[in-house]
Amino acid sequence: MDIAKIANLARLELTSEEIETFGGQLDQILMHIEQLKCIDVDRIDATAHAAAIFDSYREDELQSAHSLSQEAALSNAPATAHDQIKMPKVIE
Amino acid sequence: MNAEELTIVQLRQAYQSGDLTPVTAIRSIAKAIDSRDPEIGGYLEYDLDTALDQAKKVDLSLPLGGVPIAIKDLINVRGQNCGCASKILTGKYRAPYDATVIAKLRAAGAIPFGRTNMDEFAMGSSNENSGIKICRNPHDPSRIPGGSSGGSAAVVAANMAIAALGSDTGGSIRQPASHCGIVGLKPSYGRVSRYGLVAFASSLDQIGPMTKTVEDCALLMNALAGPDPRDSTCLNEPVPDFTEAIGQDVKGLKIGLPKEYFAEGIDPEVEKRVRAAVQKLESLGAEIVEISLPNTEYAVATYYIIAAAEASSNLSRFDGVRYGHRADISEVIKGDEAVLITHYKMSRAEGFGPEVKRRILLGTYVLSSGYYDAYYLRAQKVRTLIRSDFTRAFEKVDLIASPVCPTPAFKIGEKNSDPLAMYLADIYTISTNLAGICGISVPCGTVPKSGKDLPVGLQLLGKPFGEFDLLKAASAYELG
Repeated sequence: MDIAKIANLARLELTSEEIETFGGQLDQILMHIEQLKCIDVDRIDATAHAAAIFDSYREDELQSAHSLSQEAALSNAPATAHDQIKMPKVIE
Repeated sequence: MNAEELTIVQLRQAYQSGDLTPVTAIRSIAKAIDSRDPEIGGYLEYDLDTALDQAKKVDLSLPLGGVPIAIKDLINVRGQNCGCASKILTGKYRAPYDATVIAKLRAAGAIPFGRTNMDEFAMGSSNENSGIKICRNPHDPSRIPGGSSGGSAAVVAANMAIAALGSDTGGSIRQPASHCGIVGLKPSYGRVSRYGLVAFASSLDQIGPMTKTVEDCALLMNALAGPDPRDSTCLNEPVPDFTEAIGQDVKGLKIGLPKEYFAEGIDPEVEKRVRAAVQKLESLGAEIVEISLPNTEYAVATYYIIAAAEASSNLSRFDGVRYGHRADISEVIKGDEAVLITHYKMSRAEGFGPEVKRRILLGTYVLSSGYYDAYYLRAQKVRTLIRSDFTRAFEKVDLIASPVCPTPAFKIGEKNSDPLAMYLADIYTISTNLAGICGISVPCGTVPKSGKDLPVGLQLLGKPFGEFDLLKAASAYELG
């Protein structure tokens, strides 16, 4: 596993120590996982959910009892300004 | 009378007789926590004032009227911290709403009280991955309580709670229940709403009760089960009165023993206790048959691909933007470096602990371009085979009996540096989640290890939505 590449995809900053430790551990786990390659799965359907799940619809109407107020929605934001979530400047 | 030592049923009787009130009960539990939890570490925090306010107003005629329930730290309870025992959320996220299970508990009169310790984001089997503090087994504090719902199991076992909620993605209710000597039930996929549960692996997660007796477990299931318009994976299946399963006899019930679950690797003392428990069920009238679940050997590999893949996707929401930890990157950024990417990477690196990082990396890898078919899709197909094993078995038997884990609770630190060894110990519990069926752990004796008696659990597995039969057999065993 190219761990630096995967860490970038996962948006994780890793120390060189972590790259070494995780690299060894993940290689071991992947070796165990390799055993699945010996199973013939050509004609097998994939299971995404154990139970049959159906889409669930409701009328497209505001359900205020189930909606967060703007204040509640912003209450956990690390930084806010003008009733919005504040971010570091990303565009010069 | 010390409230914390009681079961739900006994506490309800004490309210009726006037020996206790919800206020005195909650004060007594808080006192027990203050005196004993420093040694165990089962709770992350509790909010006494809020619980007492609710206790004063509660309707005692409701089925769980005035019963305090400890809540695993990944279930949203409005107004309370919900940290998933992670540094990325702890102290930085206060739940703005109630999870459906909490709303249902409240509607039944229960009072959520206390946030229990866990493996960070429910990833682990020993509670050693808590990002906040260590949790110990009340039967031997040098050992793990199990995980990931280790705190919930420990506080119920140590009489610092009447009962608790846990969540089970690959054994996280049943395994700590087994190690701590309590009852823990993982409901079928689709039985209990996950709305308000912080998601780990969405196709596997279920919330369930952790209690001192099977009857208490049935009482909680009555409150928790049933469809929810806010969780489309929570199915509209009829909900029986689970308490009617208590005390019914098991004559004619067919129980299968999967030969793969009694194979190499199981501690002989654990096997003895489990076989004795099965014999007891037989003496009570159950019919025991040997069965085979031939794809068992692939379960650990399948599970760790699927669970890690789903986790890497679910945990992408922790981006330091809307809630949770945000890294201060003002010192790191030089020139025109990508500000946003650095913001994400640093916030996540500072917030997540090692096991969470490992699983995010593994999950990202198996979903990444060029590897998806070889790992993720293949695992989903093997999942079909594992599920078919159970479908076929349940054509022949009503329930399956097995150990919960191969050994009693191990020493803290023993497997810490070897994640694969830790994963392999989940062998008897993870197939349940892959197959979407239900399972329960019931105490079936103890094994002496270094001068301490360590609990062992009997696992019973049932068909999808077969919790009634599960509780029936578990209760017959417990009372018989």
